[in-house]
Amino acid sequence: MSGLNELTIAAARDALRKGEVTSAELTEACLAAIEGAGALNAFAHKTPEIARERAAAADKRLRAGDAPGMCGIPVGIKDLFCTRGVPSQAASNILRNFRPEYESTVSQQLADAGAVMLGKLNMDEFAMGSSNETSCYGNAVNPWRRGGDDAPLTPGGSSGGSAAAVAADLCLGATGTDTGGSIRQPAAFTGITGIKPTYGRCSRWGIVAFASSLDQAGPMTGDVRDAAIMLQAMCGHDPKDSTSADLPVPDFEAALTGDIRGRKIGIPREYRMDGMPEEIEKLWADGTAMMKDAGAEIVDISLPHTKYALPAYYVVAPAEASSNLARYDGVRYGHRAKLAQGDGITEMYEKTRAEGFGREVQRRVMIGTYVLSAGFYDAYYNRARKVRALIKRDFEAVFAQGIDAILTPATPSAAFGLGEMTDADPIAMYLNDVFTVTVNLAGLPGIAVPAGLDRQGLPLGLQLIGRPWEEGDLLNHAYVLERAAGFVSKPAKWW
Amino acid sequence: MSIDISTARKVAHLARIAVKDEDLPALAGELSAVLAFMEQLNEVDVEGVEPMTSVTPMRLKRRADVVTDGGMPEKILSNAPDAREGFFAVPKVVE
Repeated sequence: MSGLNELTIAAARDALRKGEVTSAELTEACLAAIEGAGALNAFAHKTPEIARERAAAADKRLRAGDAPGMCGIPVGIKDLFCTRGVPSQAASNILRNFRPEYESTVSQQLADAGAVMLGKLNMDEFAMGSSNETSCYGNAVNPWRRGGDDAPLTPGGSSGGSAAAVAADLCLGATGTDTGGSIRQPAAFTGITGIKPTYGRCSRWGIVAFASSLDQAGPMTGDVRDAAIMLQAMCGHDPKDSTSADLPVPDFEAALTGDIRGRKIGIPREYRMDGMPEEIEKLWADGTAMMKDAGAEIVDISLPHTKYALPAYYVVAPAEASSNLARYDGVRYGHRAKLAQGDGITEMYEKTRAEGFGREVQRRVMIGTYVLSAGFYDAYYNRARKVRALIKRDFEAVFAQGIDAILTPATPSAAFGLGEMTDADPIAMYLNDVFTVTVNLAGLPGIAVPAGLDRQGLPLGLQLIGRPWEEGDLLNHAYVLERAAGFVSKPAKWW
Repeated sequence: MSIDISTARKVAHLARIAVKDEDLPALAGELSAVLAFMEQLNEVDVEGVEPMTSVTPMRLKRRADVVTDGGMPEKILSNAPDAREGFFAVPKVVE
């Protein structure tokens, strides 16, 4: 057997239940892998004591025969999730030294299921970024490299640390969050699977808020089955989040039948962008052929407002962020600037926020402030919300036609080099989300599945978009695609 | 719509973020570029469209208006940069 840290969640679960391995052994293997992977900068805060304690408790439960799917499985938690007594700073200096007195619902549910927390994962500051380069911890690094080239690549963002950690086998699964593509884009960049469930499936309580009408948590794992198992533990109604859905959570793993005969897969023509790299085009065509071979019916569909999703997103998300981030005022938690003689409370706010927020976060807060300000609210914010309604309507129309799932590329390119986009204007970075952001605006479930390698040996992903609340069905479509694509490549270890 | 330096200064103040005078021209340029990108939305016919207010067509839950938690001032104050005698402390706001 290869290293225990390289097991899938499903394989580890089965071995744990049979008593062939203990959670303590799995946990030690992961802790050792993390210690040896400092160059990836995936873990921002390590919690080996908590991990060992939870592993011992999980082993006890396993011996007693009380073992849910995630019991004893070592996972990483994105730094955006508040974890009791453990630094939780959303990769921002403004939350330096913040140790919550409470636990986010999702991380609590994972803990209740017996999952073992290894530590907190690197990310873009406040989840604002597509390359993990806005983090106060420094860049997380992609374990993948271009063939014959040592240049460090981005693991994507904002859940870059989660993606790097799973791809490099530092943990068996990790939590991510996705506001515009922050689970699916890094999953695609690192050759792993990531699902953003329907808005309302996972409680947002205790997750540092970025854009509340778009944010959703989800799992990032080695394969689709693992995504089903981990998502199961993360979902469910939570009275502490008023937008949390009070719906039963079906057995997602049981939905993986591998049978999609007669299902209708939509191929949206508006996703064929000008200047799309040939390799992405080919990957998409190959994926379409695989679904067809599996017995699905391929349908050409139209989502006419696709083009307006990114500009609408970059009004709505900063607007909500400017409101959510108003709480970082230097009073209740986190950083407070040193004040000069005679400084009053306004100077305290202004200096604290200038010192504590990084450049991208400042930019988005100010954009949001502007689009919500008197005189511009209707022209920008209300117009964007109307366009958002039209984008959602586009999807409703194709689902009403009988489409079961929509297949698109996950990203417009493979992982790019760290620093390569530094001088580009912010819009160029925003284009990373072009295929993923529509899903957040419409509140739909979306999953990225690795489907091939590009010419330079880097992973590329495809995205499937499902009907609301039909994550099981979506996972089954993804499972078929995964099996047909047969993606088994792993990054060569250099770290 | 492009943002001039005085608008950039006003936005920074509304956002309570201190921006040095010499950084305002660059900020104004960046904000203008993002706004220019948003201008595309003006191409869309939104006549008669209601702004989207909730993501799922679900009625938000209500709960009884009762105290469910509390009595933990130490925990509430444990992360405060400056806490004194059971209160958050801030610079003087009233003369």
